[in-house]
Amino acid sequence: MKFIITLLFSLFCSTITMAQDVEMADVMRSNGKIYVVVAVIAIIFTGLMIYLIRIDKKVQKLEE
Amino acid sequence: MPVPKLNILNETIRNLYFHVTMWFSMIILMLMSLIQSIRYLSSFDKLRDLRAETLASTGMFIASLGLTTGMVWAQFTWGTFWVNDPKLNGAAVTMLIYLAYFILRNSIENEDSRARVSAIYNILAFVMMIVFIGVLPRMTDSLHPGNGGNPGFGNYDLDSNMRMVFYPAVIGWILIGSWIAQLRYRIKVLEINKENK
Repeated sequence: MKFIITLLFSLFCSTITMAQDVEMADVMRSNGKIYVVVAVIAIIFTGLMIYLIRIDKKVQKLEE
Repeated sequence: MPVPKLNILNETIRNLYFHVTMWFSMIILMLMSLIQSIRYLSSFDKLRDLRAETLASTGMFIASLGLTTGMVWAQFTWGTFWVNDPKLNGAAVTMLIYLAYFILRNSIENEDSRARVSAIYNILAFVMMIVFIGVLPRMTDSLHPGNGGNPGFGNYDLDSNMRMVFYPAVIGWILIGSWIAQLRYRIKVLEINKENK
């Protein structure tokens, strides 16, 4: 599970750094910057998932 | 859903449904936390204090999501992750104030005094939050829309199509936030019951 999260996070970071050095012709600024919206949704989704996994672990502890 | 076509913002105006709703639901969760704190002070019921804590921590979680999404949005529209905008700094100060709330809670051993002190601090924290993200940004010019004298969204950046998505999204995030807070509250109650056994 941790592997998947780190993988997602590193993928996400790489798109950001890619967009930083070049101003015009890059992924984040293409197609009317729609990928910024995608990134924002991805952040919220991963945040919610991490939070839910933490809650799940707490419940697991209680079940033992 | 069609959106207004604006320069610089382009399609990122759709972030309104995600970034702004985070802050709306955070404010509502903090308001619920405040209500629970006030009710604790009038009844001294420990469960109310527990509810206030879980609501505030869920609000903090949603605020951190709002902050990171806002930073990504700022990077591609304003040019950097962090600008010296009164609203951004106000949001950061608000988060520090609420962090102090949790530190304060954990630093007091005695249960009764912990609940009482943190309930009083929570009232202060809510007032400070309103001042820092509701009042101060409106006093000066800000990159955020609706600041600098004109509160709320102007009709230039929120048309009726966007409202149709935006308000249900706000309600949905408030419901999700209160659901998460309720789950955490129930876990806490179970933990306390287990300890008392």
